[in-house]
Amino acid sequence: MSTLEIKDLHVSIDTEQGNKPILKGVSLAINSGETHAIMGPNGSGKSTLASTIAGHPRYKVDSGSITLDGEDVLAMSVDKRARAGLFLAMQYPVEIPGVTVTNFLRTAKTAIDGEAPRLRTWTKDVKAAMAQLRIEPEFASRNVNEGFSGGEKKRHEILQLELFKPKFAILDETDSGLDVDALKVVSEGVMRANEDGTMGTLLITHYTRILRYIKPDFVHVFVDGSIAEQGGPELADRLEAEGYDRFLPAAAQA
Amino acid sequence: MTNAELTKETVAGTAESAEKARIGAPSAEAQAASNVRRIAGMNEEGEQLSEINPVSSPLGGAAAKSHSHGAGAGIPDSSRAGRLTSYNAADFAPITGREEDWRFTPLKRLRGLDKVALDGAAPGLSIQKPDAVRVETVDRCDARIGSAGIPDDRVSAAAWGAFTEATVITVPADFAGTAEDHVTTVTLTGAGEAPAASHLFVHAQANSAAVVVLDHRGSAVVSENVEILVEDGAQLTVVSIQDWADGAVHASSQQMKIGRDAKLKHVVVNLGGDLVRINPSARFSGPGGDVEMYGLYFADAGQHFEQRIFVDHAVPNCKSRVTYKGALQGKNAHSVWVGDVLIRKEAEGTDTYEMNRNLILTQGARADSVPNLEIETGLILGAGHASATGRFDDEQLFYLQARGIPEDVARRLVVRGFLNEIIQQIKVPALEERLRDAVERELKAGAL
Ligand SMILES: Nc1ncnc2c1ncn2[C@@H]1O[C@H](COP(=O)(O)OP(=O)(O)OP(=O)(O)O)[C@@H](O)[C@H]1O
Ligand SMILES: [Mg+2]
Repeated sequence: MSTLEIKDLHVSIDTEQGNKPILKGVSLAINSGETHAIMGPNGSGKSTLASTIAGHPRYKVDSGSITLDGEDVLAMSVDKRARAGLFLAMQYPVEIPGVTVTNFLRTAKTAIDGEAPRLRTWTKDVKAAMAQLRIEPEFASRNVNEGFSGGEKKRHEILQLELFKPKFAILDETDSGLDVDALKVVSEGVMRANEDGTMGTLLITHYTRILRYIKPDFVHVFVDGSIAEQGGPELADRLEAEGYDRFLPAAAQA
Repeated sequence: MTNAELTKETVAGTAESAEKARIGAPSAEAQAASNVRRIAGMNEEGEQLSEINPVSSPLGGAAAKSHSHGAGAGIPDSSRAGRLTSYNAADFAPITGREEDWRFTPLKRLRGLDKVALDGAAPGLSIQKPDAVRVETVDRCDARIGSAGIPDDRVSAAAWGAFTEATVITVPADFAGTAEDHVTTVTLTGAGEAPAASHLFVHAQANSAAVVVLDHRGSAVVSENVEILVEDGAQLTVVSIQDWADGAVHASSQQMKIGRDAKLKHVVVNLGGDLVRINPSARFSGPGGDVEMYGLYFADAGQHFEQRIFVDHAVPNCKSRVTYKGALQGKNAHSVWVGDVLIRKEAEGTDTYEMNRNLILTQGARADSVPNLEIETGLILGAGHASATGRFDDEQLFYLQARGIPEDVARRLVVRGFLNEIIQQIKVPALEERLRDAVERELKAGAL
């Protein structure tokens, strides 16, 4: 069993207008096999949390800690975090010209496992995973994310999730921009990645529809850089019905 | 590099289309400006983001600011058809730097090549070749000299006036050379830094097939004319590699004449030197001619690599493809690509496409890319061009690292992938390996 633990995390970014605090004391522990959903208004810091866990250089950790089974994640380089078993499905996956999906997947898999995958089984695994996610075979020879539609990018993120088999997956709005069929296909992909029930999942979303497929054990409400409330799956339904008004400062409600 | 398409225009030929169309010549200058930032999670729907050049213009961002149409401000928008050609350097006015074809070149760094006296020693030649291929040293009165080319700028004309002997490489008619076993390699080693002139003539006789590599090394300040004559039905590949030592200055006008149903693959590889300026020009002398022009360049800090292509379609039913790709890294690394394609009135049935892509790896490097298509007849099969300059940035690096890939591997992955498209087109196995190694070497040097 593994635990990803975030303790009293304060994060800021440097902008042209100066330093701007975004996360203001976030604490959260995810164990293997658990699914945590994070919901919250735009700009509340959800992606910031996800990117900080993955190690994006833009985000400055002012205080607090992130540990994976007691090991200091913040001291690790971005690639080391991935090799330690953290995976971030990005809200806005980046285009990588000149690098085909096939080449990229093999290089990443080799880096993560520390050895090249056995060619025969690997090719088969990739093909099968692509088929299940309804990614056309021609995507294998296209450049990573280049010219992919929004939904195609998201499916490509989940393809990696399935192939890399991380200990913890952070899914940043993987459901946004997906049509109903794609949502189902992608959700099934996430569930396959967690087939043996040992993957911890942090699922950032604005919508409860994905939670019908991927049942959260915990729901956290993220407001203005910290967790305002926690609960079970029922909290998600309540948020969808009522919105975030009751969490916002009185001035904003007036 | 979120590959912002800087320009992409395709003109399909129809009888109705304009008598003469001149298709935009954007100067696609994408400097690696430090103010191009991406903001995670700031956009409603990020899928459409063109993250390198985030402004909505087709150029966007830093590139948009320096975008200009036509030949640029203050420069007469003259047709390529009207450019002066002459064997006599005195016919060309001294270069000021304001001319369309010199506006990107740092003249001071020509180190005298634009002056008329080029009396230094020409690069020394060593040649490896199949038995059947003939190599001769001839004097300037040889009847073949001038049969495939004529200078179209002062530096080329100065060399034409100054060379004392030329090297003629002849592939005999019907010779069937393969890229595996019959490569002719001419190694030109610089003989010092006195401004020099050099003249080469590559002659593929009718229905022959051959590969000729011109491999430039060492230190030189040299203006070179290369004439390439591809007779009817011949299939020739010419690869010009510029792998000079750091301070070298090299101007090379490579003029090709392509006969009926002949095919020429011309490849330019710019790797080393302080200032390298290659002008490949292709002309057709019979219908059914086909030219593929490839280029690969990797400019480091301070290097100026310029490639000016001209394809002159003056004969019906010929085909041209121009594909150049360059990577740049380091302060003041500068590449210039100008692709002039002219489809004259009589060149019905022309099929042409030209493309240039640049990948900027670090800040402070600059790529200028100017495709230029002039069409004087509507009766063509197709004509198009594309040019894009993007950069490898922190977001791409983050994405790859977030998948476990270490930084140096990530960088190599991107650059190799980008340049491989050209390398694999050369189809000369011995060269592919060398070029892949050269790319690795450049990357290692840049990682310091
Ligand atoms: N580079 C940046 N420059 C300025 N502000 C930034 C930058 N990156 C993030 N922010 C700000 O940080 C705050 C948190 O952003 P973040 O992307 O984490 O929000 P989010 O909760 O993921 O929002 P959404 O639901 O819209 O995806 C926002 O106010 C955002 O404007
Ligand atoms: Mg977000």
